[in-house]
Amino acid sequence: MAKPIRLNTSRLYVPEPQFRPGDTPDYSHIAVPVAHTPSRPDPLCAAHETTPHATKLIRVLRFSGEAAGDWAPKISADALRGALRDLALTRAMDDRMFTMQRQGKMSFYMKSTGEEAVSIGHAMALRDTDMVFPTYRQQGILIHRGASIKEMMCQCLSNSGDPLDGKSIPVLYSFKKHGFFSISGNLGTQLIQGVGWAMANAYKDSDEIASVFTGEGATAEGDFHYALNFASTYRAPCLINVVNNQWAISSFQGIAAGEGETFAARGTGYGLATLRVDGNDLLAVYAATKWAAERARGGGGATLIEHFTYRKSGHSTSDDPTKYRPENEPDVWPFGDPLDRLKNHLIHIGEWDEDQHTALLTEVKSDIREIYKSAEAMGSLSGETKVNDFTMFEQVYERSLPHLDEQKRMFAAEQD
Amino acid sequence: MPEMNMIEAIRDAMDVKMSQDGDVLVFGEDVGYFGGVFRATAGLQEKHGLHRCFDTPISEGGIVGIAIGMAANGLRPVAEIQFADYIYPAYDQIASEAARLRYRSNGDFTAPITIRTPVGGGIYGGTTHSQSPEALFTHIAGLKTVIPSNPYDAKGLLIAAIEDNDPVLFLEPKRLYNGPFYGDPHAPAKTWRDHELGEVPTGHYRVEIGEARKLSNGDDVTILTYGTMVWVAQKVAKDLGVEADIIDLRSLLPLDIEMIERSVNKTGRCVILHEATRTSGFGAELAAQVQERCFYALESPILRVTGWDTPYPHAQEWAYFPGPKRVGHALRQVMEA
Repeated sequence: MAKPIRLNTSRLYVPEPQFRPGDTPDYSHIAVPVAHTPSRPDPLCAAHETTPHATKLIRVLRFSGEAAGDWAPKISADALRGALRDLALTRAMDDRMFTMQRQGKMSFYMKSTGEEAVSIGHAMALRDTDMVFPTYRQQGILIHRGASIKEMMCQCLSNSGDPLDGKSIPVLYSFKKHGFFSISGNLGTQLIQGVGWAMANAYKDSDEIASVFTGEGATAEGDFHYALNFASTYRAPCLINVVNNQWAISSFQGIAAGEGETFAARGTGYGLATLRVDGNDLLAVYAATKWAAERARGGGGATLIEHFTYRKSGHSTSDDPTKYRPENEPDVWPFGDPLDRLKNHLIHIGEWDEDQHTALLTEVKSDIREIYKSAEAMGSLSGETKVNDFTMFEQVYERSLPHLDEQKRMFAAEQD
Repeated sequence: MPEMNMIEAIRDAMDVKMSQDGDVLVFGEDVGYFGGVFRATAGLQEKHGLHRCFDTPISEGGIVGIAIGMAANGLRPVAEIQFADYIYPAYDQIASEAARLRYRSNGDFTAPITIRTPVGGGIYGGTTHSQSPEALFTHIAGLKTVIPSNPYDAKGLLIAAIEDNDPVLFLEPKRLYNGPFYGDPHAPAKTWRDHELGEVPTGHYRVEIGEARKLSNGDDVTILTYGTMVWVAQKVAKDLGVEADIIDLRSLLPLDIEMIERSVNKTGRCVILHEATRTSGFGAELAAQVQERCFYALESPILRVTGWDTPYPHAQEWAYFPGPKRVGHALRQVMEA
């Protein structure tokens, strides 16, 4: 169909996505590679050997469910079923929390629907002790690492079960015990911090690594370039992940210079290893992560991984994606759904069937419902959050300072 | 007791901590082999190893960013920003990240970093090598900001900063590196050699963050100041024969408000001196706190003596600098009121 013409009477080029609301999206021009290239080099190869990988797409799962190519990892059927359950749990939790936000139980929520395989495939390939520096769409990592879903929910509800005492907005989790760094709402800042964490690992002669995340939109921040620069300079044992889910709130990836070259290719100029992977293919995400983790642990330095995926939901509960993209775009996205693709693979290898799948979806939905009930019993925005207001004065510094003590007294005097 | 200038005292503080604690490491632009543009890290790489004192890319945001990650991972990084004028690319990492990490994670992660950076004018540095941006940092909850005025305090405060479990911004008045400066650029330069505060103990000692130093005792007026202006205040008060309580704040946040309050209640007069620009400068905060606490003891308006609200000029450096003339004028004004 004809590309809609939007008024631009100047020579200034302003990128626009191909399709806007009312258009019929057609992604037939995006070639989904069927040949399973590029090949898998030795994880300790010279970085430039991965230059071609930055502009191709690593895939393992065919749509038929078959796993093919030399990136196909060896994962037990039990572990794959576990991954499927993690995907389903993450999605069920996101759906439940979204609905509860709509009912006024919490101020805000952010779903990861459509890109859960990036988090879960990635977490499966790391050690649980490897520190990840996530954005707000990697809740799948926590689910995979066995974090308490109730605690996560209580954080979102800012209630008396919230480990953060209501100090942070929903989804900005912090779980040191699960190797999950405190999420910042200032995008991109965690990238260079994760590189510093990895440098500290190397300084301490530890073989632990760090893995840092950003969306494609925040690659435009200086922090992304600091991270690539320092990671390259000091050969920091880390993975730098760009989750290209096509949309940064309402801005398509072209607004972050995504039209000129892939995001993985940003690493080439810094001399980093680069991989670009089908983010809806859990096995491919696992294989790419495993490769990069082996490289980092083996002293080969950092790898930049672009996870090519699609954000099926709005940016957050405050966002309505039908205002800026066609309503059915998520359905026609040519890389399919990560949960369906893993399910099809398990069926293909004879380790799963439709009945089991239906039972799994029913089970996780009911589990999530029960956990949510117990979380909401500890308070919510629509009732009482049950968080003591005085906790706002805590953890500003290790020990309170005189001016804060004074302000606490001033606040106490306001209470009657 | 060894005599040291302020650079040597700062270097000694890092050396003491690096010797005591393998988690302490030092990095920044040109700090490694070369030893820093002001020589503050000279010899540290040779003594402690390449991995403990090293050069970084020209990337202030990156320098503070890695410091946060390292500190969260158990190290005690001391990062140098070559001039405070260059610190702005790191502002997001300092204000949004280092200062708030403990709070937003409710203590799950912390960032015990020390950021050292030279501030202030007096070296013909012009717009980009002379700024005093302390007020941009004292406005940030979760950060501590200190500024020594002499070698003894510099060493003790830097050791306290490195040992602090919260992020500390350590401002170094660069005009004082080699000696006290009394405000007359044409007078022969003084060194710390014959000054009592240039006598710096060897080994470990702390100057506690949050404790001001009373430089002189007097009943006429309280002078609140810090950094280079401490010595200008001392000279002018002496020349005018004013009996002043001169308080070197040393620590801007936390602030030793008790010492300030006691002094102003005694003298009834208060003059605030800083090099930084006037509007919304730290002097505004001091004036507000003093009038809140000491209003009924005041016998004259609180005056501020500051740099002008312009960028720091080059050729007009001494017209900009709040030197003895401007300070003397203010002191006479409060004494006559």
